[in-house]
Amino acid sequence: MEPSELKRSKDSPNSDESTRRSSFPDEVLERVLSLLKSHRDRSSVSLVCKDWYNAERWSRTHVFIGNCYSVSPEIVARRFPKIRSVTLKGKPRFSDFNLVPENWGADIHAWLVVFAAKYPFLEELRLKRMAISDESLEFLAVSFPNFKALSLLSCDGFSTNGLAAIATHCKNLTELDIQENGIDDKGGSWLSCFPESFTSLEVLNFANLSSDINFDALERLVGRCKSMRVLKLNRSVSLEQLQRLLVNAPQLAELGTGSFSEELTFRQYVELESALSNCQNMHTLYGLWDAKGIYLPALYPVCTHLTFLNLSYAALRSDELAKLLAHCPRLKRLWVLDTVEDKGLEAVGLNCPLLEELRVFPADPFDEEIIHGVTEAGFVAVSFGCPRLHYVLYFCRQMTNAAVATIVQNCPDFTHFRLCIMNPGQPDYITNEPMDEAFGAVVKTCTKLQRLSVSGRLTDLTFEYIGRYAKNLETLSVAFAGSSDWGMQCVMGGCSKLRKLEIRDCPFGNAALLSGLEKYESMRSLWMSACNVTMNGCRLLAREMPRLNVEVMKEDGSDDSQADKVYVYRSIAGPRRDAPPSVLTL
Amino acid sequence: MSKPIEHDYIGLSEQQLPSMEKSSDKKDGLHLKDTELRLGLPGSESPEREDHDQNVLSLKSFVSGAKRGFSDALDGGGNWVFSGGSGGGTEGLFSPRRGGKNNGGKDLSGSDSGSVLKDGAARKPSVVQEKKPQVAATSSHGNGNIVPASKAQVVGWPPIRSFRKNTMASHPPKNDDGDGKAEAKLGSGCLYVKVSMDGAPYLRKVDLKIYGSYKELSSALEKMFSCFTIGQCGSHGVSGGDGLSESRLIDLLHGSEYVLTYEDKDGDWMLVGDVPWEMFTDSCKRLRIMKSTEAIGLAPRAMEKCKNRT
Repeated sequence: MEPSELKRSKDSPNSDESTRRSSFPDEVLERVLSLLKSHRDRSSVSLVCKDWYNAERWSRTHVFIGNCYSVSPEIVARRFPKIRSVTLKGKPRFSDFNLVPENWGADIHAWLVVFAAKYPFLEELRLKRMAISDESLEFLAVSFPNFKALSLLSCDGFSTNGLAAIATHCKNLTELDIQENGIDDKGGSWLSCFPESFTSLEVLNFANLSSDINFDALERLVGRCKSMRVLKLNRSVSLEQLQRLLVNAPQLAELGTGSFSEELTFRQYVELESALSNCQNMHTLYGLWDAKGIYLPALYPVCTHLTFLNLSYAALRSDELAKLLAHCPRLKRLWVLDTVEDKGLEAVGLNCPLLEELRVFPADPFDEEIIHGVTEAGFVAVSFGCPRLHYVLYFCRQMTNAAVATIVQNCPDFTHFRLCIMNPGQPDYITNEPMDEAFGAVVKTCTKLQRLSVSGRLTDLTFEYIGRYAKNLETLSVAFAGSSDWGMQCVMGGCSKLRKLEIRDCPFGNAALLSGLEKYESMRSLWMSACNVTMNGCRLLAREMPRLNVEVMKEDGSDDSQADKVYVYRSIAGPRRDAPPSVLTL
Repeated sequence: MSKPIEHDYIGLSEQQLPSMEKSSDKKDGLHLKDTELRLGLPGSESPEREDHDQNVLSLKSFVSGAKRGFSDALDGGGNWVFSGGSGGGTEGLFSPRRGGKNNGGKDLSGSDSGSVLKDGAARKPSVVQEKKPQVAATSSHGNGNIVPASKAQVVGWPPIRSFRKNTMASHPPKNDDGDGKAEAKLGSGCLYVKVSMDGAPYLRKVDLKIYGSYKELSSALEKMFSCFTIGQCGSHGVSGGDGLSESRLIDLLHGSEYVLTYEDKDGDWMLVGDVPWEMFTDSCKRLRIMKSTEAIGLAPRAMEKCKNRT
């Protein structure tokens, strides 16, 4: 709904300010605006006029901060007095791949201190790529009596002791979601810290951790938390233990199994199958670590209503996957390892017509002698069978321009197209040409494209295509590609909605960097590493655009004039003061 | 050990390149010379690589001082042959056999060249790993990648999160059933090893994780194999009781008739009981109840090995 329309409909043409205000009291406006959930809508609303800005800020309960350094906690607290839920993202995405120095920053503690003072009734904290220490977790646990949900994704700096503090003190906890973090696993005793009187947990995800937990404590916890709907176990939980848990929690909607590979007696297998078949609400299945094909049939009763199946830790063969998928007609999201090969993907195309998202991860990404995995044929097969496909992440070792053209013809609705041809700079393996036409086809055909990751041998032509056609593109990842500055200039000039651009190992230099001068303030961030940008170029950028933070990370032994890694982002908080010595803010 | 060309990440395959004389001790060196040798461009002689592990494009050398050198090397012309995917044929990722001009490698399509190098900045290779200079991944541009040797890796490439990398590394998703060697199944909570006994018609399997000590293991084995040992007890004059007592097999094992041995990770057969229990379960791949006559010479080796380990 257009905010301005709403405003107009309430106005009579002759009313002045005071009558308008009295006919539409702030409380009503706030009430109406509180129904708005999307933070983008809220941002739009706040720009309408001062009244709306105020009404919006008083009614906002959840704040999303995509870059923790773009704003300071004090500024947030001043503007939004009634926040109950915070989502914060910290480090640049390439920190997931070890490209960011370890002590780079994004520490949550300063935020927690402000929140403890200004938002004592804070309920939810969701962090991605932030640094969080055990002390911070303890502080969190004792400072917010209403605290309900903690989600940590790809964070680091803490250990299981911090989790113990959360379990001990957060009496109203409903969600504890620990995902893919760099956590110091000191043992499983943290789980035993939930008091016996504690029954509110709805979401528990500790798949990240490797050490054994006290199963009895877990069993009792699951047994008394009757509202539990998401349970993701770690690898130490056996199949037999899983069965015992499921018997007490048939209401689960999302299950992450533990290890799926121990040897079961026939009776144990039957009991497991029976327990699973009682889980009529289950729509998501994770884990299945080391899954053995012979036990997968135990899952069949659950498969019929599954919409999300994550097999990315189970090295299944194509026949095993095919047999399983024959029972999963409603699947919308599927994650697999490339051990299933093209034949397995053919089975996907045959059995899952409703599929919207596919992610294929490499089982052996660093072994170049592997000649298995998936190829363009598998991807094409899926595209023929799954016309609703709109999200793909695909790791492969060979691809052709023709295959990609066919794929997007079959699936023109791609919003997220992330193709990783694992050997950097590899051309079309049949024609030996660059992969320019492949990505050209993607951007020309998929008008709704929001996110694109490119790979393979690419010249500036790819970026010309992107700049010309990818008008809805918001996130672009580029590696080992391009011929000259012109490539990046095309992107900066053409992609009006671009918000995040991350580039590594490309021949883009200062001219390219500076071509985006006007653009960076409308973007969240820019990352350029191992390109041809120099310190002078960065200094120039910093001088011209004072509302941007231009950070350069130097590597040991590098030339003084080279800007090895550059991270540029808009900020109203000014240059940050917590950068380590290896990070220079210009 | 001949690697196909496509596995040569840097494009320098064994067949093509003479071996690198000075490739030892590359790990910390700023060996400009070595790197220049390696970075052959179309037309010039390809450098060599001694062995994969030491294929070090001393990145530090690149980054620190050799940038100009690097771009010079680019201009010098050489033989960049970059491997394509493993599934494909042997075509090079980038086989610029043209006369070396501004072969930043970008201009594969042959269009106007050299704009890359006109930037003024050298084509700077990306540092692979700041902390581990022996891993080289220099890539200045998509097409003319200097990709390191097959065993070396580009930092952060392919883009896979550490959690997944570490998980897959510690529990490789390979089916090792039936290859006869690694019989220990790496499940999360169990460690099944085969137990054979000389003279017994079939093998058994035990989960080492469920025992806490050698004594427990011995009694379990005794129960398992009692049916086989009864017949062998004759020479010991079994003194009644219902079947074998707990100590019987231990007696048998530690006495004269049988010894309990195991095959460890290195493939050596060792006497059970010499090392601490945890160390044993970590290294035991299979068990064998061996006739003591065959076990001569085993014990002393076991002790030596144990010493070497600790």
